[in-house]
Amino acid sequence: MTTPIVKPKRKNPVVRTRVPLTPPGMRARATLGLTAAAAEGRFALPVCRDCGAVQYPPREVCNNCLSERLEWRDQPGGGELISHTTVRHSMENYYLQRMPWRLGIVKLDNGPSVVANVHGDVPPPPVRVTIGARLDKAGQGVLVAFPEKDTPDMADDRQLREMTCDPKFRKVFITDGKTALGQALVRAMVAAGASLIWVGQPEPWIPSAGLEELRKIPEVTIIPMDVTDSVSVKRVGGEIGVKVDILINNAEYHRNYGIAARYGVEVARNEMDVNYFGLLRLGQEFGPVMRSRGADGVNSATAWVNILSIFALANYPAHGTFAASKAAAHSLAQCLRAEMNGSGVRVMNIFPGPIDDEWNQTLRPPKISPTALANAVLKALKDGVEDVYPGEFAQDWLARWRDNPKVLEREQMG
Amino acid sequence: MIHKRTPYAGVAVAVPVTIPYERFSTKSSHWWLSRALAELLKQSGLKKDQIDGMCVGSFNLFPDSAVGFTQYVNVSLRWLDHIPMGGAVGVVSLRRAARAVQNGDASIVACIAGDTNQLDSFRLMNANFSLFSRDAVYPYGAGGPNASFAQLTDYYMRTYGATAADFGKLCVAQRDNALSFPHALFKKPLGLDEYLNSRMISDPIRLFDCVMPCAGAEGFLVMSQEKAEELGLAYARVLGTIERHNGFPDDPIQYRGGWARDVDDLWNMAGVKPADMDFFEAYDDYQVINVMQMEDLGFCAKGEGPDFVRSNTFTVDGSFPFNTSGGQLSVGQAGAAGGYLGMVEGLRQVTHQALGAQVKDAKLGLVSGFGMINFDRGLCTGAAVLAKQDFHA
Repeated sequence: MTTPIVKPKRKNPVVRTRVPLTPPGMRARATLGLTAAAAEGRFALPVCRDCGAVQYPPREVCNNCLSERLEWRDQPGGGELISHTTVRHSMENYYLQRMPWRLGIVKLDNGPSVVANVHGDVPPPPVRVTIGARLDKAGQGVLVAFPEKDTPDMADDRQLREMTCDPKFRKVFITDGKTALGQALVRAMVAAGASLIWVGQPEPWIPSAGLEELRKIPEVTIIPMDVTDSVSVKRVGGEIGVKVDILINNAEYHRNYGIAARYGVEVARNEMDVNYFGLLRLGQEFGPVMRSRGADGVNSATAWVNILSIFALANYPAHGTFAASKAAAHSLAQCLRAEMNGSGVRVMNIFPGPIDDEWNQTLRPPKISPTALANAVLKALKDGVEDVYPGEFAQDWLARWRDNPKVLEREQMG
Repeated sequence: MIHKRTPYAGVAVAVPVTIPYERFSTKSSHWWLSRALAELLKQSGLKKDQIDGMCVGSFNLFPDSAVGFTQYVNVSLRWLDHIPMGGAVGVVSLRRAARAVQNGDASIVACIAGDTNQLDSFRLMNANFSLFSRDAVYPYGAGGPNASFAQLTDYYMRTYGATAADFGKLCVAQRDNALSFPHALFKKPLGLDEYLNSRMISDPIRLFDCVMPCAGAEGFLVMSQEKAEELGLAYARVLGTIERHNGFPDDPIQYRGGWARDVDDLWNMAGVKPADMDFFEAYDDYQVINVMQMEDLGFCAKGEGPDFVRSNTFTVDGSFPFNTSGGQLSVGQAGAAGGYLGMVEGLRQVTHQALGAQVKDAKLGLVSGFGMINFDRGLCTGAAVLAKQDFHA
């Protein structure tokens, strides 16, 4: 059984911080579908539309009937571990510094054998396992053989923790504690075992009862910061940046209407200032230092979470300028992800539908509650995924967008 | 199914050469191959322009293939092959060259294989070994072939009851054979305890199960028997060969190689049987493959490998002379030359030109090859039966 990790000691400031390394990240384009599915927490493989053969390793042509009509389909993942090994010597520094490393060969029930990481709680072969896909520190999809039934503390498995961003014993920075979502996020992180939570307080001169409640939580430190103020972001970055393991940017400016119904650019500029430039400012102050701490022990820097909006994918005209600012933030988040690549720090984008708050008062259900959204963020961290579309609205919108973005655009015109 | 095969009538295999191995080399693979070619000319007395065919094996010749190498050494050829089959390259080169000579497409074929080994070249070769390896093996622990063979070894041991001592016995016997072989990089006697106490590299594979990457080159000539006799060269004849790629694609894990599909074809063509062999040169990149070759090539039944190991000595002077120069385990693995090592040593034994211990009265020998862990298993298998030039069944 997995030995639970223990709370790391205070970092010795004179010991060198290890430079992050990553596993070999090269993949053929035909294999990147595995990564794309793993980024959403799914295990998918190419399946032949003509003969049904499941393909592994992924390829562009069916290895059975030679059809080119392959499509990525979610896999049940059931299989049998038929052999295993504990690797104690590697040719790559990433692994050499993380030996030993357990691997196995799993015969999937519905087809091929795969080489996979093997969770420490899986007994020796032959034994039933469930294959799942996870992102490794290079951000590439890899397969993991899990025990058929969950085991105590299984998230603490040393190999698995390299692929997840579990908040347990980590220090979290939540950029805005004045919203219901910010407060729900704080409570979710406390429950998950985060050791310290800094909570941003914009406009400290305006009282917030919810924020005051947070002060009673021992792990919480309130820290005045406004993402629209470069000086303030720089000051906070200098103060805590080197200690932040997980940054959750939930700062948001949200108003209704699009172009004609609200004359002038002031509101739209505010939306861009918080939703887009806020991310840019945070990226410049916190990005490089988090990048440098991607391999800093059990509580390394591990994740950067952006609360975007499902309307980042396609414009929602009733909240048109808000959607535009989230689309800009999404684009910048992709840039941030590319710049953080190689550090082991995962950039996660959360795309909720309308949150059940004051600014979505006129929208009909379903709306996602701040607590449900906070729980979705926590699950994303524990699973180490990159893209999350939480709630029924977001799932519906995503399905329409994937099916045909142009049709979705047309549907918004009534 | 037994195929009707044309015998390799009139074909001679001669002039086994080895360019002494080095752990690391600052030279290129071109240099190592060139040395092998020069040594073939020197030992045969041939001039460069008498060579009209060439068969090349090399992992690290990039960006060249055999084509670029023809200009590197300025030879004009009417037959050229480049065989990227790793540990099977020796057997396959022999097959290709023998048919070329037999059919008159070439008169004298120089078969050469060699690779350099620079400080990082083994890692680079593994990182880019194949599409499937790069996509679905190398990113998982990057253990190279050690981890892949560990999986097969783990499965085989559990399924057929082989023990570490069984595998150790083969390592110890091969080291014993290597002690008299001048080109072996490992010349220190190895005991079973030392083997069993060596550190785990990728369980259940131990340090002494692993071959050491090094630089080196090997070569031999294929020509007509008339030509060999005219040149006064001792030669071997080829009684039978087989080759197979992706032998059992539906096996969930490799516990047998393609030899098992073709073994009847081999002995039928050769007109002799496993028990007639005076020695066996197997591809010894990990013991589990050694044992598979004993089973799949007909020396014992599947699953009886461990018993076969327990009932033989494997030394040159013993009951089943096996990897008589010490194999790659003791000589070193010089890239693609590792796929020639057994062929060149088998040729020496059957022509009574052994550099180390000679198998007494050797008339017949089996050489086997195994190559290319493309994803989860080795794809290329081959074997050849060599006979002393005056052997008659």
